[in-house]
Amino acid sequence: MTTWHIAGAQPLGGEPVDIVISDGIISAILPTGSTPATNSTLIEARGLIALPGLVDLHTHLREPGREDAETVESGCRAAALGGFTAVHAMANTDPVADSAGVVEQVWRLGQTAGLCDVHPVGAVTVGLQGERLAEIGAMADSAARVRIFSDDGHCVNDALLMRRALEYTKAFDGVVAQHAQEKRLTEGAQMHEGVVSSRLGLTGWPAVAEEAIIARDVLLAEHVDGRLHVCHVSTAGSVEIIRHAKARGVKVTAEVTPHHLMLTDDLVETYDPVYKVNPPLRTARDVVALRAALADGTIDAVATDHAPHPSESKDCEWAAASMGMLGLETALSVVIETMVNTGLMGWADVADRMSIRPARIGGLQGQGRPLAVGEPANLVLVDAGATWVVDPAAMASRSRNTPYRALTLPGRVVATIFRGRPTVLEGRLA
Amino acid sequence: MTRHLLSCEDLTAEDAILILDTAKRLGELSTGPMRKLPTLRGRTVVNLFFEDSTRTRISFEAAAKRLSADVINFAAKGSSVEKGESLKDTAMTLEAMGADAVVIRHPASGAPYRLANAGWIGGSVINAGDGTHAHPTQALLDAYTMRDHLRGGTGDLQGLRVCIVGDILHSRVARSNVSLLTTLGADVTLVAPPTLLPIGVEEWPAKISYSLDDHLPETDALMMLRVQNERMNSAYFPSAREYSRRYGLTASRMSRMPEHSIVLHPGPINRGMEIASEVADSPRAVIIEQVRNGVITRMAVLYLLLGGSESGLGDLVDEEATA
Ligand SMILES: [Zn+2]
Repeated sequence: MTTWHIAGAQPLGGEPVDIVISDGIISAILPTGSTPATNSTLIEARGLIALPGLVDLHTHLREPGREDAETVESGCRAAALGGFTAVHAMANTDPVADSAGVVEQVWRLGQTAGLCDVHPVGAVTVGLQGERLAEIGAMADSAARVRIFSDDGHCVNDALLMRRALEYTKAFDGVVAQHAQEKRLTEGAQMHEGVVSSRLGLTGWPAVAEEAIIARDVLLAEHVDGRLHVCHVSTAGSVEIIRHAKARGVKVTAEVTPHHLMLTDDLVETYDPVYKVNPPLRTARDVVALRAALADGTIDAVATDHAPHPSESKDCEWAAASMGMLGLETALSVVIETMVNTGLMGWADVADRMSIRPARIGGLQGQGRPLAVGEPANLVLVDAGATWVVDPAAMASRSRNTPYRALTLPGRVVATIFRGRPTVLEGRLA
Repeated sequence: MTRHLLSCEDLTAEDAILILDTAKRLGELSTGPMRKLPTLRGRTVVNLFFEDSTRTRISFEAAAKRLSADVINFAAKGSSVEKGESLKDTAMTLEAMGADAVVIRHPASGAPYRLANAGWIGGSVINAGDGTHAHPTQALLDAYTMRDHLRGGTGDLQGLRVCIVGDILHSRVARSNVSLLTTLGADVTLVAPPTLLPIGVEEWPAKISYSLDDHLPETDALMMLRVQNERMNSAYFPSAREYSRRYGLTASRMSRMPEHSIVLHPGPINRGMEIASEVADSPRAVIIEQVRNGVITRMAVLYLLLGGSESGLGDLVDEEATA
């Protein structure tokens, strides 16, 4: 296997070193300026930050069923370009990933693509219908070794089913990832309920509809001592509930999306469905609270909720449009913009929230590991000083629904190394 | 004036007064010997209705025809929400037909905004009611009617006390009226049960009240909104009877209003629900005038958007002389 000599990278933004990779692991870390071994290939990395490969807890790869929007392979290309070495593929495919057969299919598609680890998320309930438990144990025991279960897109509304799922997954250290959305309070909901929705005449998605479910779920998790993960936390109130639950020792973790760290509901004034997402964009006050919670660790992870949609699902009036945004190729840049360049987090924190903790939540081996000798060589090299203009047409995703179109964002992924092999070099797929 | 009329937020006080003044002149002209003005001859106005509203469609049609425009009525079979033809495809069809203006009624809030801004068409877009968002020509005809009765038909509405009563939450008429009336200097109070006021309404430039009775003696213009019976299925209020007892305009309530005050309703009215029959049929109710004023204000909007005249009224007078 090829040996790679990464020259002059700065692990977590620290002092420059040379990192030698062979046979899929970090075989040496040398003083910078060391002479590469004759059989090795040089990757010039002076001035680049080295982070452990990013891990996404929340990715919609759309395959099987909606290959017009994304495939496992196109999604993995987007992931690699975004610096990811592992993604969790959400279960709302067609057919739904609610059986060992479907999760193994997705897992194999990921293996074939070979661009990052693809870990299928299993559905909590059959067909995401919220009526009876899917064969969670069979998915856990399958070749895909599923550990995260979620009906994402739908909330597990039934308190008894949620309780059982939190209990049942304890048998294999699984976790239930909840899309917290009280159903009755969000019937027909189109955007955050507040001043902007009142003006625009769009049906509101109130913050309380998220918070009420999170409050219930942390109490259930506490009661049965199960593991709860809260998907895409979007409100200041949710942060407070999670903070309080963590202080009481509840086994709860939480993620926030890049878009909820950056964008606010006033963008909906354009009625451009590229800003339509679930949970909806919230207020500036919520953004401030989410950033603070990510910085202090109350929110454990950044997760993209990468949600590709074909153009006809967005090139229409607001009410008819699908909810969701692309995220994989812009996530790190948005985190740099909102968290690093604002001084809220350092590079070690970025590694923690985008790699180490998500890998731990997903129960992944070989991901989110320190950049140290003997560790699996999953890493990303970032040019933190570079900026780029987001061009939807240039994205690797099959879809174009990025809310950052034409924005200038900081930070460029220069190289992604997955299991000792570059998937991205010089900012392009290797 | 802007190229489109999408919501009343697009209008300055000067724009709004120009529209009202133009409507007044057009009203005078079209009751004179010249029933039909040649102003928009050769121009095409498309009425694009994704929602059934015969009265609004007819009003726009009459307005365009009195200005000699060619009118195409396009009743779209269901919106794309209901899996009909997409708004984009419909828009491109109209563009190919050479529409100079598209008058659009759509059940989705913001659809006219998309039509005007998504790059699908080049003509002017006039919002004839979108979801629960806006209905600017309704607000203009309401302002015209109030000005006509209570301000001698000129100037703005400075200090006019207007009460809007009913389902504010779902009302595009209320949203557009709050915006336009406050732009024109009126003091607006919204009266509704708390369930029918949107979260965030406290940021609107209007006072909020839960009690109709408190405001009757200090109201110059009272606008009653249609309340749909189905609203009680989502628990907005317990029953139609209770609603009309607390918020319906009865003859005894009307008797507590000032002598000069008027009662408006955008129609169609729900007799016995938000408005009692005696009230609807009383001289104080100006509901039929609203319909008449609807045609002339829509004429004014079409004229100003399509005629492209800066001086507005001057041209009209010239045309009258030479036509
Ligand atoms: Zn979700």
